[in-house]
Amino acid sequence: MSLLYAMVIKTIAVNTFREAIRDKILYNLLVFTLIVIAASVLLGRLTIGQDQRVIKDVGLAAMSLFGVLIATFVGTSLVHKEIRKKTIYTMISKPIRRYEFILGKYCGLLLTMFANLVIMIVVLFAVLMLHSLLFSHQLVSGSEPMGYASLLKAVALIFFELMLITSVAVLFSTISTPSLSVFFTLAVYVIGHLTVDLKELGAASKSSLVNGLCSLCYYVLPNLDNFNIRAEMVRGLSVGGRFVFYAIVYGALYMTAVLLVSILSMERKEFV
Amino acid sequence: MLVVRTENLTKEFRESSLIRRHCVKALDSLNLQVEMGEIFGYLGPNGAGKTTTFKLLLGLIFPTSGTAWVLGKHIREVKFKREVGFLPEQPYFYDYLTGEEFLDFYAQLFRFDKGTRKQKVRNLLAMVGLEEAGSTQLRKFSRGMLQRIGIAQALINDPELVILDEPLSGLDPIGRKEVRDIIFRLKSEGRTVVFSSHVLSDVEAICDRIGILMQGRLQRVERLDEFLNVEVESVEMTVSGLNQMGREAIQSLGGQIIHDGSKTVIAVHGISSPIGEAAIPQILAAIRESGAKLASMMSRTQSLEDLFVETNALNGAAKDTRYKTQNARHEEEVPCVESGVLGLGS
Repeated sequence: MSLLYAMVIKTIAVNTFREAIRDKILYNLLVFTLIVIAASVLLGRLTIGQDQRVIKDVGLAAMSLFGVLIATFVGTSLVHKEIRKKTIYTMISKPIRRYEFILGKYCGLLLTMFANLVIMIVVLFAVLMLHSLLFSHQLVSGSEPMGYASLLKAVALIFFELMLITSVAVLFSTISTPSLSVFFTLAVYVIGHLTVDLKELGAASKSSLVNGLCSLCYYVLPNLDNFNIRAEMVRGLSVGGRFVFYAIVYGALYMTAVLLVSILSMERKEFV
Repeated sequence: MLVVRTENLTKEFRESSLIRRHCVKALDSLNLQVEMGEIFGYLGPNGAGKTTTFKLLLGLIFPTSGTAWVLGKHIREVKFKREVGFLPEQPYFYDYLTGEEFLDFYAQLFRFDKGTRKQKVRNLLAMVGLEEAGSTQLRKFSRGMLQRIGIAQALINDPELVILDEPLSGLDPIGRKEVRDIIFRLKSEGRTVVFSSHVLSDVEAICDRIGILMQGRLQRVERLDEFLNVEVESVEMTVSGLNQMGREAIQSLGGQIIHDGSKTVIAVHGISSPIGEAAIPQILAAIRESGAKLASMMSRTQSLEDLFVETNALNGAAKDTRYKTQNARHEEEVPCVESGVLGLGS
């Protein structure tokens, strides 16, 4: 029986993926490629012997940025678009459960972002290889602190961060308007990277109200810095497997909780 | 067996503005029964509550009170939807899909295997006359083609019950005939069809029974064969060259001049009574004697339009009950009652 539910989720996910491809969402890859190539040509020349480090840093930042933009703008429109275009009428009138619909849409968007990241990492590796072939004589010994394996580890955590942000976007799309959903999701992303600072700010504050609010944000909003190991990677600092494992478990639990709330919201939603 | 049964099904929509919050009753204590194998026409002006009824039955919205069963299953269940097909009003679909992909997608939601899906898609495209458009994206479809592919998706699961919301709107005469033929075919296969329409002549030609909904209330349910097989109500004659003497003679015989111009239209009512029947030859003689010429003579039975207008008049509805809200509905303000999935009645 659960296999049958999974089949419906897969069907909706594949359709969502197909929609993203045909709506030309992957065109962002062209911009990404241009940024990485530009970084390799221009920024590399400004830093002596740090060319590859700069390319990786810019590449990872661009991956994260494009991913967050897709997660936010596509994720928040997942349910709204179905309602606005009234395609939800024929969907819900079929023998599918609302949670299958939400999970299918969510998985479809994750599939899109996964494909996006895979192509991005291939482009990044290609540029790095090409760059090292062309400018190998310029490399300073010991200037490559971050290998390809570490790079993949950083990308994996970016993907988990995007999974979490997408679940937040889906939640807002079930309870709020499209524009507010975008605003709230971006707000969660920004604050999510500042939660530790917020907690410290609260602790330093003399007001119990400020302290309480900061603590609330710290515990309720996701701590997205758990997924950001780019700085450590670029500086050549090692990040333990245990840290990555805990970050993934944290992300999975938070994402599950957010999706559960989205499903509850969807179950009560009326499509007038 | 009853395919659809509703018990005091009621739906209120909450609407709020900056100043106040109120509810509008879109459907008021609907008690409707649709029998297996019949074609049921659901009529009513815009905003009467037809689409709201369909959405309630299919779980798109939840009743404020009352409840309903479809194919013997409560509307809260999902299982009955395996046996139901639905075409929404002015359907919008995933326009990035081709005709074949679109139908295959819906077939997958019913968990059909690949071979069955392929067969179904081919048959349905042929049935709605879109074989040539199978590999065309829906965004390139005309309005009529979208309506037809919409009907095809509603039939993808060979449903026992087909609910069609305004299936004839936006179609040219040939398209309408094709849809009518599809509905007849469904009936001949023993399926039940419930559909709403504004095209009364089509409803009259297709339906076994009709229900008229006005301002959220079901006003009447009639069997069309019983209702339309009544005796001749009146006779209308069109004559030219009728002089004043002829007019007076006709009026004295019970004829009513309903239009006077280059041609005169005379109506004779109460034709089923012996007096009314006897008046016809006398009026014809009066026309002949006055030197006028008879252009045409038509008998009138009660039509669905008459029934509709009469019901509307009895209901005391405003001349134009049309409201343009997101989901057109009539505007009767009522105190808000909590609704939702848990707000179902017994």
